Amino acid sequence: MAYALQQLINGISLGMIYGLIAVGYTMVYGIIGMINFAHGDVFMVGAFIALITALLLTAGGVLAGPAGILVMLLAAMAVTALYGWTAERVAYRPLRGSFRLAPLITAIGLSIVLQNFVQVSQGARPKPTGTLLPGGWEVMRQDGFVVQFAYTQMLIIGITLAVLAVFTVLVTRTPLGRAMRACEQDRKMAALLGIDTDRTISLTFVIGAALAAVAGTMYLLRYGVIDFYIGFLAGVKAFTAAVLGGIGSLPGAVLGGLLIGLIETFWSAYFSVQYKDVAAFSILVLTLIFLPTGLLGRQEVEKV
Amino acid sequence: MLTRRGLVAATAGLAIATESFAQGSGPIRIAVAGPLTGSNAAAGDQMKIGGQQVVEDLNAAGGVLGRQLALELGDDACDPRQAVSVANQMAGRRVAMVAGHYCSGSSIPASKVYAEEGVLQISPASTNPRYTDEGAWNTFRTCGRDDQQGQIAGKYIADNFKGKRVAILHDNQAYGKGLAEETKKAMNAAGMQETLFAAYTPGERDYNALVSRLKGANVEVMYIGGYYTEAGLILRQAKEQGMPVTLIGGDALVTRDFWQITGAAGEGALMTFSSDPRTRPSAAEVVARFKAKNIDPEGYVLYTYAAVQIWAAAAAKINSIDPRKVADAMKAQGPWQTVLGPISFDRKGDVTVPDYVFYIWRNGSYAQI
Repeated sequence: MAYALQQLINGISLGMIYGLIAVGYTMVYGIIGMINFAHGDVFMVGAFIALITALLLTAGGVLAGPAGILVMLLAAMAVTALYGWTAERVAYRPLRGSFRLAPLITAIGLSIVLQNFVQVSQGARPKPTGTLLPGGWEVMRQDGFVVQFAYTQMLIIGITLAVLAVFTVLVTRTPLGRAMRACEQDRKMAALLGIDTDRTISLTFVIGAALAAVAGTMYLLRYGVIDFYIGFLAGVKAFTAAVLGGIGSLPGAVLGGLLIGLIETFWSAYFSVQYKDVAAFSILVLTLIFLPTGLLGRQEVEKV
Repeated sequence: MLTRRGLVAATAGLAIATESFAQGSGPIRIAVAGPLTGSNAAAGDQMKIGGQQVVEDLNAAGGVLGRQLALELGDDACDPRQAVSVANQMAGRRVAMVAGHYCSGSSIPASKVYAEEGVLQISPASTNPRYTDEGAWNTFRTCGRDDQQGQIAGKYIADNFKGKRVAILHDNQAYGKGLAEETKKAMNAAGMQETLFAAYTPGERDYNALVSRLKGANVEVMYIGGYYTEAGLILRQAKEQGMPVTLIGGDALVTRDFWQITGAAGEGALMTFSSDPRTRPSAAEVVARFKAKNIDPEGYVLYTYAAVQIWAAAAAKINSIDPRKVADAMKAQGPWQTVLGPISFDRKGDVTVPDYVFYIWRNGSYAQI
């Protein structure tokens, strides 16, 4: 019981990070029907900016608990959003009218560019930080087994939920959200009706990048070791989460992320640690056989 | 028709001639190959520093056979596939010897390429027995072997942690798995059984599920056959989950980066490594040269230095850089005077007197027990 609870906490906090990254994939796919393979590396850039901010704050001697973390988060979001905007401007917009595979290939190219840029500018060695937010809450104790809920885990769950709430409101209640949904349904028609589609798409990339930066900051706080290559594995997992949840669907991305995190954790908890990825991907395959559009994905309607 | 065949033969002959004389004049190219990027980059850095210093020192002393040395660097990121392509690249540049690689999983496939292409390989760090056990003519190492390291670790656990619950973990790679299995064997032979023997996936950051599992099994001691990033993260996450666990690891934890990952959680972690080469009288002069450059020659720096030193001494002794002849000389005509002290090789290319001892992490630095 206590053991299962501990693993549940582990699984949810891991899944939330996947979910946050997955939202970025799913949003871009929803709007322009393209898988942004560089998204994992945008997440990595976000983690690095959070790290640099943390180092600057420590050097200035002002890193103080929650305020310091908030500054890290905001700095990471702002700068990473700029990366997202630039990426869209430089690598995707010029190819928007091109054949379907072209943006996919530039996305892979952009991913390599970002990785190598960080490798060259920040060095290839893993960058460790000390524990920025130590400690946790002892939930319960059973037969000598202590269930620990680390403050970083609470922070991850809390911030993810808050960010998603804000985001859901943004998509469903604001003019920008309406424009995004319109572009998703029919970009040409939306343009004819006076929506600035270029601007809407740009903003989608900006928001996706900012969410990836939130995930990157949480990742840094939780694990404390980052390198230029973390975006690859995290990106693959998050992409899987987005597909499992139904690509294009926002709640689906979070649900998919949570499921992948929980499957991995519980498979390691009760079966073999080694085969957890096999378990996660097998469930993905099974889901796609029976639900080709994922758990919450909508059926594509063929327009005639 | 005949002329064309003749032309082909002539061109082929010319190609062979240029190849074998490529190293005939100018500087002699040698290489250091290891993980200059990736999660083991700290170790790759150590190898690079050692290689650069030994080349500088040998060149200052007049080079080898009167020729200067030029250092090539190869980055395998500890990826076996990349290691093979680095090996081909180095062979293409006709290097006389390679000091490398670092990960056993890279050294073993690369050694096949080197054997075919006639390149001598001396690994300063790959401890998996298979690397030299396959009996190729070209494989040497200046470090010990995992069966020796594992024996010492297994016996130490059985002696010092009797009656405790011990988990043995590994990363499923050549180095980590080999080391974990040897440790398990030695521990079992000393009459102690492990509670759990499991593998984890290297390259990840979240090992909380594994850690909770260890916590559920009341593990008090964990032996990790793996590299410092993962071992450090597992230890840190274990302490975060409130486990009072003792970590024991192998030679891969000998880098300050390990402490930077664990922070205070690393206090009391144990590892096996050779008795510190930096304190040996044979190393005093070279260590002083490093210190003057503000470099701490920790971990594999001096092992890489020694690898190139031995090759240079053997080549000078037989007055040839022909890799096969140098390899024979290295085995037959030792001991060789190196920064690590005198080193001789057995028929397989292993050092004849390995000396593993235990180190403990305390307050950000490690000391021999």
